[in-house]
Formats: sequence, structure tokens, C-alpha cells
Amino acid sequence: MTTVLETTGHATPEPAAEVGAIPSFDVTLRIRRFLPDTPEAEAYWEEFTVTAHGTDRVLDAMHKVKWEVDGSLTFRRSCAHGICGSDAMRINGRNRLACKTLLKDLDIKKPITIEPIKGLPVIKDLVVDMEPFFASYREIMPFLITNGNEPTRERRQSAEQRERYDDTTKCILCAACTSSCPVFWTDGQYFGPAAIVNAHRFIFDSRDEGAAQRLEILNDREGVWRCRTVFNCTEACPRGIEVTKAIQEVKRAMITRAF
Amino acid sequence: MTATTEARSPIPAPRSPRNRRTTRTNYELYGWVFMRASGVLLLVLIFGHLFMNLIDGDGISAIDFGFVAGKWASPLWQVWDLLMLWLAMIHGTNGVRTIINDYAERTGTRVVLKSALYLAFTVTVVLGTLVIFTFDPCPPGSPADLLPSFCTA
Repeated sequence: MTTVLETTGHATPEPAAEVGAIPSFDVTLRIRRFLPDTPEAEAYWEEFTVTAHGTDRVLDAMHKVKWEVDGSLTFRRSCAHGICGSDAMRINGRNRLACKTLLKDLDIKKPITIEPIKGLPVIKDLVVDMEPFFASYREIMPFLITNGNEPTRERRQSAEQRERYDDTTKCILCAACTSSCPVFWTDGQYFGPAAIVNAHRFIFDSRDEGAAQRLEILNDREGVWRCRTVFNCTEACPRGIEVTKAIQEVKRAMITRAF
Repeated sequence: MTATTEARSPIPAPRSPRNRRTTRTNYELYGWVFMRASGVLLLVLIFGHLFMNLIDGDGISAIDFGFVAGKWASPLWQVWDLLMLWLAMIHGTNGVRTIINDYAERTGTRVVLKSALYLAFTVTVVLGTLVIFTFDPCPPGSPADLLPSFCTA
């Protein structure tokens, strides 16, 4: 109420826009398409121009394309609020979640390029086969491992012990980090940042007793030692996890174990 | 068949996981630590070497067969150069090995490149080590104008 009074009180030189109106603009999406069912299935670029609002995210513009322009455009998305990790894609050359990237943060004067994440086989348009990614994830045993009898009450942990691995609990398995890693691009056997982050989450958990096994798995030739600290993963993580730091901490744990 | 597969996938699929065997050795760990330790040592060794050969005394103009023979008469420089040779060769070979692992996609290519790499490593290290310990500034039967002045006959 007060705001409205203040706005009307001041003389505005610009033509009076409707109070509270959201600016809208045209935005061009340059999307990498791949239709496996066409006779000569080859990837190509296709541009769509849609009208979007200043509050819209890349995902909203893509929805507009899919719902109003070309229903064959295929991409994954579930919650659309940055938690399910379905809509990781390469937006303007960087791995991002389409639902967390605001159009106003991108240069909308040029077309926004959208590609599937790299290093995983493309199934259709922006949908990739995530199986190699999840295979690595399963290999590091992402579950609590304990010995002895189950306690009669909960497994207690101090705030400091919880803090130790807090950062790596944030992972949503969107594969933005792993598919931004140049080592993973050329070597599909590398475990990849996401698997190491999730191993870190258990290795540094005071309740877990499987750290030795996990370190053993990641000490392998396709494990943490393939990391070159490129920092692409840290840059790509939509959850702000310090991925490279986590990998380095796992390396350090291995070195202190070996010497 | 291969061509069809390539045409069908716009972004090449990564190397399909061959059976990822757990080796249960600390080979890669030691390799990683060695790269860092040898890197630091090589900095000292190489800059020491460059200073002694190019700046100290008469500088670069003093270098001839005699200079080299004089250096290798002392055990300090024999050990220094031997360390430099071995560390640099292992450090470099391990680096190139990693690059081959990264970029050679076919197993055959990888085997061939690595074999060539290890062969080059062996030849260089054996030859270098041999030279450090058996260097003779006045090989018998050489033309006199190629030999340093202190060689007699």
C-alpha cells in the first residue's frame, strides 16, 4: 500500500508502465535437436523465438516452445524447482539446470544455445542415457554401512560431525558436474565427480564404517587420481557444492591411509 | 556398421566401460605423490643445473667436452645429473602416460602409444646413465680438431 502511494507521489519521466507489470521480451532459443526415428538421424540446431517475461527461467521458455510451437521437443524435467535434478543441460556452453537459470541473467540479445549434457549417449534431443552415470554412483555404495548389532536408539552424531560432510549431502544427482568434466568426456570409465562427492558424503560420516571399502574402490586407476582439478565440476554444480574440494579431501584421506 | 552408429549419435558416446577391475594397489596413489614430489625436486635440480652451466664462471662460453668431463669427475655432479635424468624421465613419462590414457580411445592405439613411450623411456635412461658414468672427453682415434685442448695424442 505504502509503495503504491510513493510511486504515484513521484513524477516519473518514463511512460507510465502498469504498476507491478513484468517486462516481457522476445528470446531466441538455439536448441540442439536429435530425432532418432528420422531416416537419417543426425543432430542439428533449431531456433525458436518465443515471448518471455523478465521472471521466466530457461525452462519456462522451453515449455512455451514445447506446449505452443513444437511438441516434439524432448527434454527431462520433473519438479522444475531445482531439486529433482532432471533438467541439467548445457546452456550457453555451461552446465546448468534449466529451472534455475533466469533468462534475465543471460544475454538475450543473442540466441541462447541449449545442448544435452556431454559425455553421455544422447537418446533424443536433450535426453541422454544416464545409466553410465548411475552405474558409477552405485559402485561407490551410496548407503550406510555399519558393523555389529543395530542400536536400540538412533545413531547419534554431534553437530560438528554432521558439519564435516554437510556440503556433499546437497547433491541431487543431476550429472551437471560429471558431464562437465573433461576427463569424463574422453574416458567414460572415470568414476566422475558426482560418484566421488557421494562417496565423500559417507566416507566422512562418523556413523558409517565403510570408508575403507569406498576408498579402496576410488583408489583404483579410474578413481580419484584421474582428477586434474579442472574445477569445471565446482563451477557447474547447481547446488553450490565445492566438488573439487571434496575430491581433494578424498585424495587426502587416501594418502594419510597409505602413509 | 560403425559409420551408422557414429551418424546416429550426435555427441560421441564415451568409451564404454570395459570391466572396471579393482586393482587393489596403490599404484596410482604413488604415481600422484611422485609427480608432486619430483616436480619440486626437479625445480631445484634444473635451476641449479642451468645456473652452474650458463651463468656461473665464464657462463655458456665455457661449455665444451672438457667442462663436462670436469663436472662429471665429481661425484656430486654425477649424482645431480643422474637424479635429474631419472626424475625428469619418470615424471615426463608418467605425464604422457596419463595423457595417452585420456585421449587414446581404442585399446590398440593405447597399447601402441604406450609401448613406444616406454621404449623411448628405456633407451633414453639407459643411454643417459651410461654416458654419465663412462664419459670420456678424449675418445681414442678421433680427429684432433674436434677434441679439447688438454687431450694428448
